[in-house]
Amino acid sequence: MELWELSAYELSARIRNGELRAKDLVFSVLQRIREMEPLIHAYISLDEEGALRKAEEVDARVARGEKVGALAGVPVAVKDNICIKGGRTTCASKILENFVSPYDATVIEKLKAADVVLLGKTNLDEFAMGSSTENSYFGPTRNPHDQERVPGGSSGGSAAALAAGEAVLALGSDTGGSIRQPASFCGVVGLKPTYGRVSRYGLVAFASSLDQIGPMARNVRDTALLLKVISGYDPKDSTSAPVDVPDFTGVLDEGIEGIRIGLPREYFAEGLDDEVRERVMEAVDLLEGEGAEIVEVSLPHTKYAIATYYIIAPAEASSNLARYDGVKYGFRAEGEDLYQMYCNTRGQGFGEEVKRRIMLGTYTLSAGYYEAYYLKALKVRTLIKQDFDEAFKTCDLLATPTSPTVAFRLGEKVADPLTMYLSDVYTVSVNLAGLPGISVPCGSSDGLPVGLQLIGRPFDEETLLRVAYVVEGSLKGRSEP
Amino acid sequence: MEYEAVIGLEVHVQLLTESKMFCGCSAKFGAEPNTQACPVCLGFPGVLPVLNRKAVEFAIRMALAVEGEVQPFCVFARKSYFYPDLPKGYQISQYELPLCIGGYIEIETDGGKKRVGITRIHLEEDAGKLVHEEAYVEAGTSLFDGNRCGVPLLEIVSEPDIRNPKEAHDYLVRLRQLVMYLGICDGNMEEGSIRCDANVSVRPKGSKELGTKTEVKNMNSFRNVQRALEAEISRQIRVLEAGGKIEQETLLWDPEREVVEPMRSKEFAHDYRYFPDPDLVPLYIENEWIEKVRSELPELPWRRKERFVAELGLPEYDSEVLTSERETADYFEDVVASGVPPKAASNWVMGEVLRVLKEERVGMDAFRKRIGPDRLAELIKLVQAGTVSGSIAKKVFEEMRTDPSSPKEIVEKKGLAQISDEVELSRIVDDVLSEHPQEVERYRAGKVQLLGFFVGQVMKKTRGKANPKLVNRLIREKLG
Repeated sequence: MELWELSAYELSARIRNGELRAKDLVFSVLQRIREMEPLIHAYISLDEEGALRKAEEVDARVARGEKVGALAGVPVAVKDNICIKGGRTTCASKILENFVSPYDATVIEKLKAADVVLLGKTNLDEFAMGSSTENSYFGPTRNPHDQERVPGGSSGGSAAALAAGEAVLALGSDTGGSIRQPASFCGVVGLKPTYGRVSRYGLVAFASSLDQIGPMARNVRDTALLLKVISGYDPKDSTSAPVDVPDFTGVLDEGIEGIRIGLPREYFAEGLDDEVRERVMEAVDLLEGEGAEIVEVSLPHTKYAIATYYIIAPAEASSNLARYDGVKYGFRAEGEDLYQMYCNTRGQGFGEEVKRRIMLGTYTLSAGYYEAYYLKALKVRTLIKQDFDEAFKTCDLLATPTSPTVAFRLGEKVADPLTMYLSDVYTVSVNLAGLPGISVPCGSSDGLPVGLQLIGRPFDEETLLRVAYVVEGSLKGRSEP
Repeated sequence: MEYEAVIGLEVHVQLLTESKMFCGCSAKFGAEPNTQACPVCLGFPGVLPVLNRKAVEFAIRMALAVEGEVQPFCVFARKSYFYPDLPKGYQISQYELPLCIGGYIEIETDGGKKRVGITRIHLEEDAGKLVHEEAYVEAGTSLFDGNRCGVPLLEIVSEPDIRNPKEAHDYLVRLRQLVMYLGICDGNMEEGSIRCDANVSVRPKGSKELGTKTEVKNMNSFRNVQRALEAEISRQIRVLEAGGKIEQETLLWDPEREVVEPMRSKEFAHDYRYFPDPDLVPLYIENEWIEKVRSELPELPWRRKERFVAELGLPEYDSEVLTSERETADYFEDVVASGVPPKAASNWVMGEVLRVLKEERVGMDAFRKRIGPDRLAELIKLVQAGTVSGSIAKKVFEEMRTDPSSPKEIVEKKGLAQISDEVELSRIVDDVLSEHPQEVERYRAGKVQLLGFFVGQVMKKTRGKANPKLVNRLIREKLG
């Protein structure tokens, strides 16, 4: 097996005990990137020099017997809406094409402290708005399982990089499913933490009350390891939660005897692809076989989730994206006066989908419409949260499909935003309710991966990882260290 | 017809916190452009605001001082508009749920005390500054200074209780005095630490209905507020008298030409699209915190004034002057505490001390370091003990401005001690009388006002050091 194929937990163990040089691992992954990038286009920018320098530093410290971080030498890809000091952070937008961040996001500081090797920045839908990574100023990313298909989005670059062996671990961000849906489409694991579990400082905001950074990996244990590294209260983020960070990996082997898994009726209704339903139900049967108790539950306000999400998220986005005005940084188009400069800059700097959402959000926040749209959406959001509270009285977590379909074809949905929005029908509620969710592969349909989504109680990522670990082990077989 | 004005003021007070409202940058005025700015206050991609606890505490102080109701729960909201000095495209402010509701500020009017109601007090961040006129700015361009971005402001909105420009002026004077007493604002108008906008309408006197109001901006001093309001009220009355209608609009005061003029419509046709800022959690202010702040509040100026009158027996006027600034009142009380009778201390502080502050344009803090209240008290005591006369004491005081020695040492060094030796003075009086036989004659003929002349002559001979009481007595005796 090639080095780039191995898991993070195995690689970091070998690097730390001196068995493997981090530099060799980086060479292996960079070689793989060179082979795959022309086909996949997972990255917007690469930092080969920085990656090699970091690998050498790790090797030198290991050789001197010094202590190194938890993920020492492991190559990590970072979604290009997370700021790394001194490098470009484009958000896949023309408006930030040449923007260089003057600071590190908190998760990047944590990754650096864990001695990972930062490979580069991955592609996404512009400002994380989309479900296919087709809305990128730098061109689409392709699904490694079928290059005619999308990798999902918006963290499509991170998911595809993992699936193609172009990274060992990756960071994504998830506002309405942007980690879980591409993880599902690309056959990797992606976890959206509880809102407040991971600091948002340095994540370029799309919809602040929904955004979370989360770990993506090729297996559940790696996902848990990365989650542990990036989690924790951050005084720079007022919405981050002062809760303890558990080990996450410690519970993986505990099994699932007696765990109650709820199947929300509304998530298996019309619009769900038959084969996806079959794969998900097979996984559920398997979990029952492993000792879980399966119960049916109802989340009655599910039908309002997409509408609610597409009011709240664009409203926040319209405000968050107001700062891109050509005045201080990023792209500027000239104009005969200030007003024209604004119009030209934003008109030319933003892509179609971003402009669509800015207009939606500006409209719903306008005087006279605020109560009818935004305020009402906030109320429905509360009802959606209450649905979950109710459901968690009878079960410990929920199991659903991650997406109603497998990866669709490039270009298939770009012309029809509403159909595209429905791709997130099973994921957006989790963000609206602030809950943790994970997508774990559960088989395939016509050679394309299918994802099982598990949704947990607030700050109970451990149970999600524990159950996902059982699914993974049963379906894939396991090569443990 | 006789008209009356209805005026409400919106005052922005820049808070005297060390750091800015949502980041750690210094909030100090006057630094080189863009040296007090960071990714957070400049609104870089990905940054998040973290609320400055001190700013909240300052807001609570103000709320308590005007007897407003500190809200147990308040929310920060985004106010959206595009302008190059606003880095995020929105200002973090408070909208539906402000920090404080209600309260009042009392002013003196011809008709006695009057309470001007406070509608609300809320916190918000300041915008940056655009620089057009400095030497280093190329013609036709503007440069951006981010130092002011995110500096905490307190917005104090009054009820439309103000009836004329004088009341508006007095309200602002009271408000400035208060924020300075509370130590939450430096009160510096030139640096924009207090800014004021006004809502104005007029109506026939006695009417209960409100007329259409206009908003007047750009009044950068209290005097300008008064003049701008006068101009706007006359303008509105002229329009109404001519049978016209008042347009609801925003006007700018032009202090050079002393007129109000409408802003261009594009500059104010805003829909601010307020909504709760999802980056900041709602602010819960617990009772314990409020009570702690209350227990640490300084004595408010009007209470202190009442106390000076009631307990120290000072005249109203003295009390008003002494309490107009907290540092002055503190200094005065320290002089009294050193054992000087209040009225004597008051005369010295109001007279010599305030004169020097004005002359040198220094603050009380700086003055206090040079002439501490104990040193001034010592000087006043010399007068009371008869060691120096009042006028010599003023000379000593002048010396004290540059000489750190004790007043007593200065008196000795300069030979300024009062001559109270009756034999010596008697001899000098005799000299004076023999040098002015004509005046002596006229005095004896009944022109007793000449007493002052003789005293003056004695003072001249003694370079002011003669004990004036003794001199008076000796002259009267010798001429009697």
